[in-house]
This record gives sequence, C-alpha cells and structure tokens, in this order.
Amino acid sequence: MNTSLTRTLGRNPWLFSLLLLVVMIVLNRALQDNLFEIGPLNGNLRVFMPAILLAVGQTFVIIAGGVDLSVGAIVSMTSAILATQIPQDASADIVMRALLLAFGAGALAGMLNAFGVTVLRLQPIVTTYATSFIFSGIALQILPEPGGRLPRDLTSFWRNPLEVTPEFVIPMALIVITLLVLFWVLVSNTRYKQFLFATGGKPDAAYATGVRVNRVKFTTYLFSALFATLAGLALTLGTGTGNPRAGDMMTLPSVVAVVLGGTRLSGGQGNVVGSIIGAIILGLIGNIISFADLDSWLRPLVDALIIIVALAIPGIVSLIRRLLQ
Amino acid sequence: MTPATDSLVRARRRLPNVSPPLVAILLAILLFFIGGVLAPGFANSDQAVNIIRLAAFLGIIAAGQTLVIISGGEGIDLSAGALVTLGAILTYRITNGQNELILPALGVVLLVGAGIGLLNGIGVSLLRMPPLVITLGMAGVVTGLIYFVTRGELIGRTPPAMGQLLSQALIGPIPGVIILWIVLGLGMWLLLERTTYGKHLFAVGINRTAARLSGVRVNLVVTLTYSLSGMLAAFGGFVLLGFTQTVFLNLGQPFLFPSIAAVVVGGTVLAGGKGSYWGTMAGALVLQVIDSLLLALRIEEAFQLIILGTILLILLTMYGRQRSVRQ
Repeated sequence: MNTSLTRTLGRNPWLFSLLLLVVMIVLNRALQDNLFEIGPLNGNLRVFMPAILLAVGQTFVIIAGGVDLSVGAIVSMTSAILATQIPQDASADIVMRALLLAFGAGALAGMLNAFGVTVLRLQPIVTTYATSFIFSGIALQILPEPGGRLPRDLTSFWRNPLEVTPEFVIPMALIVITLLVLFWVLVSNTRYKQFLFATGGKPDAAYATGVRVNRVKFTTYLFSALFATLAGLALTLGTGTGNPRAGDMMTLPSVVAVVLGGTRLSGGQGNVVGSIIGAIILGLIGNIISFADLDSWLRPLVDALIIIVALAIPGIVSLIRRLLQ
Repeated sequence: MTPATDSLVRARRRLPNVSPPLVAILLAILLFFIGGVLAPGFANSDQAVNIIRLAAFLGIIAAGQTLVIISGGEGIDLSAGALVTLGAILTYRITNGQNELILPALGVVLLVGAGIGLLNGIGVSLLRMPPLVITLGMAGVVTGLIYFVTRGELIGRTPPAMGQLLSQALIGPIPGVIILWIVLGLGMWLLLERTTYGKHLFAVGINRTAARLSGVRVNLVVTLTYSLSGMLAAFGGFVLLGFTQTVFLNLGQPFLFPSIAAVVVGGTVLAGGKGSYWGTMAGALVLQVIDSLLLALRIEEAFQLIILGTILLILLTMYGRQRSVRQ
C-alpha cells in the first residue's frame, strides 16, 4: 500500500470515516434506488438522528478522557418524561413546560455524572454505569410500560421536511445536522476546544498550565447529558410515543460511532463531525443489511462483521505502515 | 517540602490504605445482617449459601475480566457476556443431556473461548485497537454467530450430572460451584502472584514502555491475557448452565457489566497494574448480597434500579477513587 496515503490517513482519521461513508452510501444506493429522494432521505436521517446526537455528546466526554455509559438511560428518561407530560391535546405552554422538565432532568443527570467523576474522582466507566441504573429506574417509575401519544402537530413538525418553496424542501434532520456542524466549528474557534483537548491528552500538564481540568470535564458530562436529552426528544417525536426502555441499546453504539469517526478513545484528540459521520455510517450499515436480500438470522452477524472490519481497518493500515518501515 | 507537610502528606496517603478486598467482604457481611433486620428471615444459613452460590457464578465470569483490567491500557472485555452465552449453548448442544460428553464439551468450550479471546488479544496488541472497541465488536460477532448457527432454535439438553455437581448441595450443604470458585480463587492467586506471567502482567499494567524495556514481551502478555479472559468467560457459561439448566440467546449479557463492577468494587484499578482476584470475589459477594436483598424486600423494579445505582456510587466513592489531578 502507498505509504504516503497510509500516513495521511493515519494523521487524519476522519478522512477514513469520510471514505467509509462514501462506500456505504454507494452500497446503499445500489440496493435502494430511491435513496436520495426526499421521502427516504428524510426518513433515514430522522431515524439516524438520535444516534447522531448521542455520538456528538459522547465525543466531548471522550475527547476529555472519559466515557459516558448513561446516555441511553437518559434517552429512556427523556422519552418517559415527554410521553407522560405532553397529552395529545397539549397547548404550547404545556409542551414548553414538559421540555423544560426534560432538559432540567437531563441537566441534573449530567451534573450527577460530572459530580461523580470530578468531585468524587470516580472512574468514568463505572460511575456512568452506576448512574445509568438510577436514570433507567426513574424512567420506569415515570412510565412503567411503553405508551402515551404526542400531539400530531408536534410530531409532524419533526417528521415532515421543512417546506422552503413547494418544490424545495429540506429534511428537518439535515437542518439539525448543519447546526451541529456549525456548533462544532464555533467550539473549535474558542479556547474551550484547546482546554478540552489538553484535559484529555495530558491532564497533569493541562492543570499545571492553568486549565481548570475539573471544570472542563464537568462541562463535557453536562453536554453529553443534554445531547442525550435532545436525542430522546428526537426519538420521541419520531415515534410519537414514549418507551421507558427506548435507550437501552443506544449507549454502546454511540461509543462505536465516535470511534468510527476517528476520535481516539484514550482522549486528547477527536472531532464531532467525524462522530456524526460515524453515526450515519452505522445507520447506513443497518439499512444496507435490511435491503440486501439476507437471511434474517444472518443479519446480526453481517452487521457485526462489517462494523468490526470498519473498526479494524485503521489498525491494519497502521500495522502495515509499521511493517513497511 | 517541610518535614511537617511531608508527614501530613504521608498521613493522608496512609488513610485510604485499607485493603479493598477486606472492606468489600466486611461490607458484604454487614449488608447481609442489615438484610436480616430489614427482611426478617433473610439472614439465615440457607440464604447465605444461596447468595455465595449465586456470587460464585458472577465471580467465575469476572475472573477473566480481572486479568484484562489488570493488564491496563484501558483494558476491558465487553465480549464476556456473549462468550458466557456461547459457552452455555455449546455445552447444551454438544452434551445433549449425556453425562459422558461433559468433559469433551468442556474442552470445546475452553478452546473456542480461548480462540475468540485470542482474536481480541490480536486486535488489542497488534492492531492497537482500543480494548473497549474490539471486544464490543467481538461481542456482536459472537452473538451474530450464535443467531446464525442456531437460527434461534436452541436444541440440546443439560446433563443431569452438571446440576448435581455444580448447583445442588455437594459436600454437606455446600454446592460444588462454591468449591470450584474457591479452587479457581487459589488458581488465580497462584497465577497472579507466583508465576512469571503474573509478574509480567502487573508490569505491563503499570507501564508498558518500562515493561518492554525490561524485557517483558508486552504483546505476548496482552494477547495471552485476552485469550485467558475469553476462555474463562466461556467456562463461566459452562458453569452457569449447571445452574440455569437451560439456555437462551441473552443468557450471558446481564453478567457483563456486573462482572466489571465486581472487579472495581474489589479494588482492582481500571487504569491497570493493581488488583487481585480476591478483591473480585469479594466484589461479586457484595453485588450479590445487594441483589438478593433488593429481591427479598420485594421492591419494584424501578426502585431496585435506583437503589442499586446509588449503592454502586456509594461503594465506588468509598475506595474507587482516582488520584486528584492536583496531587
């Protein structure tokens, strides 16, 4: 393999995820002719949205050297709150109050995680694992069984693409993705980004040079929980109903999405745009498998094999590089 | 540094220097008797044996996790849950209820577990993949394989001898799995404290570069560790079958994170290089006492989860703390 190519890939891990994204889009398009038509495009992006939002929040925590295993439970909690607090005939006031409640709960959840990691100095994996029980329990307490129905106006606002002119419509999820990218560009141009990278890379050195390491870590868990609340909102609006176990299976894929996007799990390096791409890749893999005419008992295996190969390729590339040198 | 502050620092360091396994075991006993007060009839010898028996299953499954976490480099094995399921399903299928096929089945289980662990190890050492990622991916592959091969139909039977030997009372009131657990504990102690592998494992966990410079073959030790972890997890599935008597596709997954929690509650540091299997055994006991107590108190699921999470946080606060960045 060309060494300069491997070197470029090694230095810019997100380039690799972009490459992978193109491959997945081509594969998906080959299996699904109407992939780029507004209907499927809108539907796909809307379904991917919760995973994208989780990956974005998770990126902040991982760059700062932690990990947040409670995000799925926060999604469940949000879903339970929204489904019980917004009746089908809810007025705008009631919706606003429910949103405030959901984001308040999300913020408290993030602060609990942050408190555990920064003030109590507990290890992030086990702290957020422990708090995930608390959030899951709260979700089940609020809404023991899946249920509730959100007002149609509210869900269709999120489900239908935004109509700029009758001929030109934009999927709402695409607008959110654009805002997320803008948000990261904005963050990248502040000192906060440098503090974030320093905190994850060399916390001792960062502390010695005046970075408020604990404060930075605190913000990352808060961000992560708030993005998880947003993910819960996107999910609940998408399905129109509440599920207290909605997020059970969403936590670990969010970590995979971040890693696929080129963020280093050991911290100190990474980027949100890559994570968005990573989450879309995971969604597309799911799409490809459901469109490919596969034996349904074979699907989980193919899914896992594609993901593990995608995760291993950067390692294989760098192994080849080392062997060539 | 003045002598006064120096001694102050030393006093502060001495304070949390209580052995975590000891704290955990005392805590398990304390919780057990608190349970007796909260739920009359909880603290009797039958219940004690039952709790230790259940803790043994978790403890055996957490043995490999202990090794992987000691090996450092963010070491963790998220494929343990899937491998437990695989170990149980393989035993169920191969023996098909025949006692004489137990040992051949055990052989296959250990080999397959070690083989999958080996793949994890190669991913971590040669491909330098983060352990969390490669083992999570491997968990997906193993689960996918189980789905594909079994097509959801879990055919087989549990040999009667497995239940008798492992789960039911074997010596006096003590079931075989408890004896097996103690033997495993001794074996793990020998492995960690009395073999070259054990010394090298701790060296790798503390500082890989230093270990490499002093002649430890780091990649070999890491690969071997993940392979052992895979083998022990699959063995955990084999043992678990003696208790559950039946298999299902999600059998091992509920043990995954508790196995990590047991390791951490037992004082093994997630950063690596420090820990013991005694600690993990004590950690498994604590978690099982809490679990059984919550069950005995007939608390509904929502509150069970909230209480479990809170207790875990409190336990971690007691001795799972990391060094402050200011120190």
